[in-house]
Amino acid sequence: MQLDMRSVIIALAALGGMGLIFGAGLAIAAKKFAVPTDPRYDEVLVALPGANCGGCGYPGCAAYAAAVARGEAGINLCPVGGNDLLVNLAKIMKLEPAAILERQVATPYCDGGAQEAGTRFLYTGILDCVVANAMSGGDKDCQYGCLGYGSCVKMCVFGAISMDENRIPVVNDAKCTACGMCVKGCPKHIFALRPSSMQVHIRCRSHDKGKDVRKKCSVGCIACGLCVRACPVKAITMEDNLAVIDYTLCTNCGLCIEKCPMKTIHGPLSAQSTK
Amino acid sequence: MVKTFIGGIHPPYRKEGLSALPIERMPAPKVVAIPLRQHVGKACLPLVKVGERVLMGQKIGDVEANIAAPVHSSVSGTVLSIEPRPHANGKMVDSIVIENDFLDEWHPSALPKPQLDKLSPEEIVALIREMGIVGMGGGGFPTHAKLKPFPSPPIDTVLLNGAECEPYLTDDHRLMVEAPEKIIYGLRCLMKAAGAGKGHIGVEENKPDAVLALKRVAALYSDITITSVAVKYPQGAELQLIRACLGKEVPPGKLPPHIGVVVNNVHTAEAIAQAFATGMPSIERVITVAGGAVERPGNVLVRVGTTFAQVLEARGLKGEPYKLISGGPMMGMAMYTGEVAVCKCTSGILALTYEETGSREAGPCVRCAKCVDSCPMFLQPTTIAHYAMKGRVDDAEKIGALECRECGPCAYVCPAGIPLVQWIRLAKSDIYARQ
Repeated sequence: MQLDMRSVIIALAALGGMGLIFGAGLAIAAKKFAVPTDPRYDEVLVALPGANCGGCGYPGCAAYAAAVARGEAGINLCPVGGNDLLVNLAKIMKLEPAAILERQVATPYCDGGAQEAGTRFLYTGILDCVVANAMSGGDKDCQYGCLGYGSCVKMCVFGAISMDENRIPVVNDAKCTACGMCVKGCPKHIFALRPSSMQVHIRCRSHDKGKDVRKKCSVGCIACGLCVRACPVKAITMEDNLAVIDYTLCTNCGLCIEKCPMKTIHGPLSAQSTK
Repeated sequence: MVKTFIGGIHPPYRKEGLSALPIERMPAPKVVAIPLRQHVGKACLPLVKVGERVLMGQKIGDVEANIAAPVHSSVSGTVLSIEPRPHANGKMVDSIVIENDFLDEWHPSALPKPQLDKLSPEEIVALIREMGIVGMGGGGFPTHAKLKPFPSPPIDTVLLNGAECEPYLTDDHRLMVEAPEKIIYGLRCLMKAAGAGKGHIGVEENKPDAVLALKRVAALYSDITITSVAVKYPQGAELQLIRACLGKEVPPGKLPPHIGVVVNNVHTAEAIAQAFATGMPSIERVITVAGGAVERPGNVLVRVGTTFAQVLEARGLKGEPYKLISGGPMMGMAMYTGEVAVCKCTSGILALTYEETGSREAGPCVRCAKCVDSCPMFLQPTTIAHYAMKGRVDDAEKIGALECRECGPCAYVCPAGIPLVQWIRLAKSDIYARQ
């Protein structure tokens, strides 16, 4: 029994001693061979949201933090962090906070779902917009419209996009961080970022002539120009058969919504996802 | 032992009766729409204006680029418009719409070319470009660009592809039976242009009449060999045909010129012979019109720019086809409209019934590895497809997604009906998008 106790003590002392020596060695090495890092890098990294979404254009938050600390990247590239982050980063980097941007959200600019827009052929391939688009531009009659196979849902790492039963994407504004993955990934380019306070949207991307739009979709912009005339602040212009709204001028008055004969324009009252 | 490659499949060929039907000439339609892009590479720019009168064989589109070939008018008449039209590649392509005046007046440039022994290789290559010759097996790669490729070892063999392994299609077969002397002449043009000492034609065993016809003509030339190869899909694919006929392998990521071989289709050779003998540029071709929904299937000589609808109207339709395909059923593209025009690389028009397409729902992979056994490029189609499904682009590239030729045996044999080729195509496009 006594012998056993002794071997335990010897083992503990030996291992503990070795631990102390190696620990001391490591501590010396850590001090002696330390790589000097920019302390701001750590601060920036902590301040960043850590979503690793790639919205800034860098592969993850760490890479962006390094670029910011080196002074290579602007401090306003992270769409997820919003204004709070901008202020924080400005403090860390000792910069004047750049023009504070309004929070942006992504919006799908097409409302021609399965009910409103016709199809030209029976698509039997993989249910993915990118694949469907490679097949003669997809099965939708309208070459500009949402294909409805939900690739954007898969792309959104924040789970902000869902497809409604009419096969049109719906963005949850509260979850959207404006990382822009859907804007880049949609093969039909129906997404765009807009200031979150803006509520009036012309939800069509078609540059077809009005007559052709009528044949293909019941909610498409036919370029009649009524909205252009109705707008009191001249925020709407007609560009290549499509009404386009300038969000820097729009006042959310909603007069164009009432005028639009095709119900293409949506606003706060028509609540874009009521369907 | 029959010469062939490893992998591949034996789909039902459905050529019974079709291969015995002689080539019929279809009268030119009232209006033709000639696409300005009928080849791989840069699209042509129009050389004519709306309202201008054009003559048959007149060059109406060209562009300053090596990977491109000019297009010529297939009728004489007036240019009605230059507008985007649906194209066999699935996109809208600017096309020159010409109203036919049915005079078939030849352009003065369409003159017979000098004898082969009076031309230098450079002159032959230039003429092949000028005549708008592209790969007529379906690829549409400009033939002149194949003959003077990037720095590579000297070309020693020109291999003509007469395998025609796609089900339904018999246009190459009929050409080999009916015009073997033209094919051999075209082969000699290609051999001289490439500076190759040997000519080779590979024909699948199920075309004994074609082999016989070619052998009879080739007997005059000691440097031309006709080889029977096994009946197997994709025997007509470039790399598989090289392996079967010449016993050589092209290293991964390389093209045949790397090992001194140029591969062309027999139809391309025929078009070259036609261009040299009569001066007629590439403005017509033989296509196979077949499928369960076609009333009178056959091999038809049509002018480039004739729409699929016009061809099908001439051959008759039994009801609405379930699927309309440009090319063969394995590698062809499904068309959503008959307004697509026949171009130089359209090898067939198939109007299939529902039963013929064998459409089915996709289920989960059962790990049977049939796709792996069937892949002639020795890839793992199921693994690449699963990477594609999960968006793991780098992993897909690592296991060779870019080597895939999209020939389709994997999807054909898959008992779960997984559209493997489509997934791999997605992986490839993602990889290219990243580069």
